[in-house]
Amino acid sequence: MHPVRRQRLILVLFLVVFSSVAAGLVTYALRGNINLFFPPAEVAAGGAPVGQSIRVGGMVLEDSVQRSQDSLEVSFTLTDYEAQVPVVYAGILPDLFGEGQGAVAAGKLDENGVLQATEVLAKHDENYMPPEVAEALEKSGYDKKGQAR
Amino acid sequence: MFSRIGAAQKGLYNHAVMWSFFHKLGSPPWLYDIAGSILRWLLPVTIMALLVGAVWGLLFTSPDFRQGNSYRIIYIHVPSAVVALAGYYVMAIAGAVSLIWRMKMADVAMKAAAPIGAALTFIALFTGALWGKPTWGTWWEWDARITSMLILLFLYLGVVALYEAFDNKEAAGRACAILSLVGMVNIPIIYKSVDWWYSLHQPASIKFSGESAIDSSMLYPLLLMIGAFYALFTCCLLMNMRAELVQRESRTAWVRKLVKQDGAH
Repeated sequence: MHPVRRQRLILVLFLVVFSSVAAGLVTYALRGNINLFFPPAEVAAGGAPVGQSIRVGGMVLEDSVQRSQDSLEVSFTLTDYEAQVPVVYAGILPDLFGEGQGAVAAGKLDENGVLQATEVLAKHDENYMPPEVAEALEKSGYDKKGQAR
Repeated sequence: MFSRIGAAQKGLYNHAVMWSFFHKLGSPPWLYDIAGSILRWLLPVTIMALLVGAVWGLLFTSPDFRQGNSYRIIYIHVPSAVVALAGYYVMAIAGAVSLIWRMKMADVAMKAAAPIGAALTFIALFTGALWGKPTWGTWWEWDARITSMLILLFLYLGVVALYEAFDNKEAAGRACAILSLVGMVNIPIIYKSVDWWYSLHQPASIKFSGESAIDSSMLYPLLLMIGAFYALFTCCLLMNMRAELVQRESRTAWVRKLVKQDGAH
């Protein structure tokens, strides 16, 4: 290879490696801020600030959703199967919100460790299948990866 | 004496054959013609694949067990996002080739790829927002995947704008090549963002190893659409490159001949 071209090639490689390392360091330093939400285990461990706007994400615990009879108020529990965070919310829930499904709640933690949510989003997982397949899996008691529920 | 000249010529000839492909690639009329003959069959194939994939995916697949019919946006959203990422590598590698070997045609390819990539990235963001509202409950969330995809859109638009900002096209090509190479770091970040950080966006449904998390009846039309979008990107790239070549070479004999031929039709 011509020395001038080799020099340019080295320059290009240096550029790519240098910018990758720089971006890697920046994202590593900001990793806490890049995460969209706190998992309940981190909230339970005291990793989430009290009285500040945060998001908590996890699965909605089965049989935890309680709706008020005369208002839009709803309470439920988010879990990552290690710890639990109770959530109170007044508003319309997304259609895909449901027990045993993922959700992200934004709001402030009060002194009792309850998240006073101002927004609740449903978190969809990567599983896509026709309803018949879902029914068949439900009957067999296995999930899509072949693990028993 | 004569034989020595013959040998030298032969060596020169072999060298020429070895490099002729590379040199032809650097010849605007040759590239214009070859791109034209590729387009003649690739364009109809692409349109057919897009039609078949869209009709199959949008009309003949089952609705999803949780999302119902809204999941069908996957047949536009995922292919455009996948090709937007792959197209960035095409642009950045073309930029590197033009930077190292000063190959004009690589510069043409880089410039041609940028607006196509920007359009695909915009489609991915837009369809994602349309799907996000009924599924998540929000049009937009600043999570790692969505934000890094927005940065990709700005990188593509940045290359387009930077190229136009220079009067000297050689300097423009060099600046754009450097911008695209630096921006290349964003591609693995977009790809891995859903695994590295807690995000609202779900992880990939199509898996290269192991069973995909999407049912095969929904997967096949999706794979066809991804292939069709790759072909669409190639078609748009070749068409953009042809237009750029004619514009750049507008004073040369071959372009004049071309215009005369077209005028005679």
